[in-house]
Amino acid sequence: MEIFEVLQPGAYTTVQDSGRFNYQQFGVPVCGVVDSFAYRVANALVGNFQDQAVLEATIFGPTLKVVNQGLIAVTGGNLTPRINNAPLPMWESVAIHPDDMLQFKGVTSGCRAYIAVAGGIDAPHVMGSRSTYVAGKIGGINGRPLVSGDRLNKGEGTGKAENRIPSNLIPIYSDDIEIRVILGPQADYFSEGINTFFASTFKVSTKADRMGYRLEGNSIMHKKGVEKSIISEPSVPGGIQVPPDGQPIILLVEQTVGGYTKIATVISSDIGKVGQAKPGDRIHFRQVEIDKAHQILKEEKGKIETIKRSLRR
Amino acid sequence: MYDKPRFLLAGDRGLLVEFGASIDPKINQKVRQIFLSLEKTPIDGVFEIIPTYRSILIFYNPLLSNPERLKQEIVEREHSLDKWEIPPPEIIEIPVCYGDDFGPDLTFVAQHNNLTPEEVIQIHTSGTYLIYMIGFTPGFPFLGGLSEKLFTPRLENPRQLVPAGSVGIANNQTGIYSVDSPGGWQLIGKTPIKLFDPTSSSPFLLKTGNYLRFTSISTQKFYEIAGK
Repeated sequence: MEIFEVLQPGAYTTVQDSGRFNYQQFGVPVCGVVDSFAYRVANALVGNFQDQAVLEATIFGPTLKVVNQGLIAVTGGNLTPRINNAPLPMWESVAIHPDDMLQFKGVTSGCRAYIAVAGGIDAPHVMGSRSTYVAGKIGGINGRPLVSGDRLNKGEGTGKAENRIPSNLIPIYSDDIEIRVILGPQADYFSEGINTFFASTFKVSTKADRMGYRLEGNSIMHKKGVEKSIISEPSVPGGIQVPPDGQPIILLVEQTVGGYTKIATVISSDIGKVGQAKPGDRIHFRQVEIDKAHQILKEEKGKIETIKRSLRR
Repeated sequence: MYDKPRFLLAGDRGLLVEFGASIDPKINQKVRQIFLSLEKTPIDGVFEIIPTYRSILIFYNPLLSNPERLKQEIVEREHSLDKWEIPPPEIIEIPVCYGDDFGPDLTFVAQHNNLTPEEVIQIHTSGTYLIYMIGFTPGFPFLGGLSEKLFTPRLENPRQLVPAGSVGIANNQTGIYSVDSPGGWQLIGKTPIKLFDPTSSSPFLLKTGNYLRFTSISTQKFYEIAGK
């Protein structure tokens, strides 16, 4: 059933779900949402419990005209959502009606907002996922970001309006961000560079997208005499490449292989925080051990379970 | 090749297993064997694997597994590779229409190497190329085995659009563009075969560790195959 007509697409709005798996060996990256916590909560709020597809909006959100009635929830970065010119509450399920106008007035915190609709955004499954992969021209709406005039459908599903999550569980997206990392896989290519990496604050450059975030700051030096690039190997979301110029790049969800050394890797629970950083924000890194990272991941999963249980269905 | 694989942490869900320090068919063969054994009989908690030149990345769910358990399993498999009955690599034939509009740089590649275009085609079609890795774009193969006689530098100004199927040379590498994309390789021909078809039930023609060969076809044959 048709749910939205796209009047303005926003800066970069795509259909995403939890990602496309098992094709990285063929050069197809996972894609999917960058901030999985905000995504999962958005889906839970509207009664979607199967990783349904949502819209991921970036900095400037879209203008959407509602075609049929439904239920939505907007989570993630605050892009100032409004419905019929009144503020739309975030992290809460809201009933929408034909001819309602959903708009975004600009970013006040974070970078990416998630718009979930009961039943999920409907789009063809391509290789097991609805996620848009723009470089590969697959998924979502014809493998591209939304454009004006697109008409979006939703799947079957109903949920309850005015579901909301406890305010203490709503993340705060600061512009001064601490990101936790595990050293490696190529930490042995650095010695003093590791100290620089942890002691410095880096600025998010304008070259920041779903493929990766280029940072600016003190140059991270390789050890004397080591190769600055390596034989191309698999990349993981969160891998932090240090190219020969020493300015780090945090990889996100649209790259499968690369040939730069990676000094450290962002823990899975903090990848969403990277994706909520916008150009000009500051990032510093803190080291954790792998056991700690796994514990944090379990706690995050527990938090989502708690949220799901607390919602009326 | 290392005596024992090296294990490196790639975050809290990835374990990187390295089998050697160079680009070498023997090392890549080990990558292929371990990779296929993992595809055939997956390890509990592992949800995806990526094979490359000399390493494999194992993605695992930390709620179901951990790096120590994975390391043990990989070491065991390495010691008992015979029992996994890994089939020999396949050789895939790629028909190519060389020159003219499909291969606008064939003449340059010939001149650069003091060859005739016919000799370039003859040398290019006589090689067997190892698919070391797939990446960069969906289905793009990184191949080993190009004859030194054909080494040619990249274009000084990359093209804005190289059509999918174009076969090119860049320095010591040859490859096939799998999707339309910008690119700086010297284009010598084009294949009518799709390396990547997202609508198919098996979307990819090539797989890491297999081999390919190029055969020369006429323009007429090109359109015949493309029309199917």
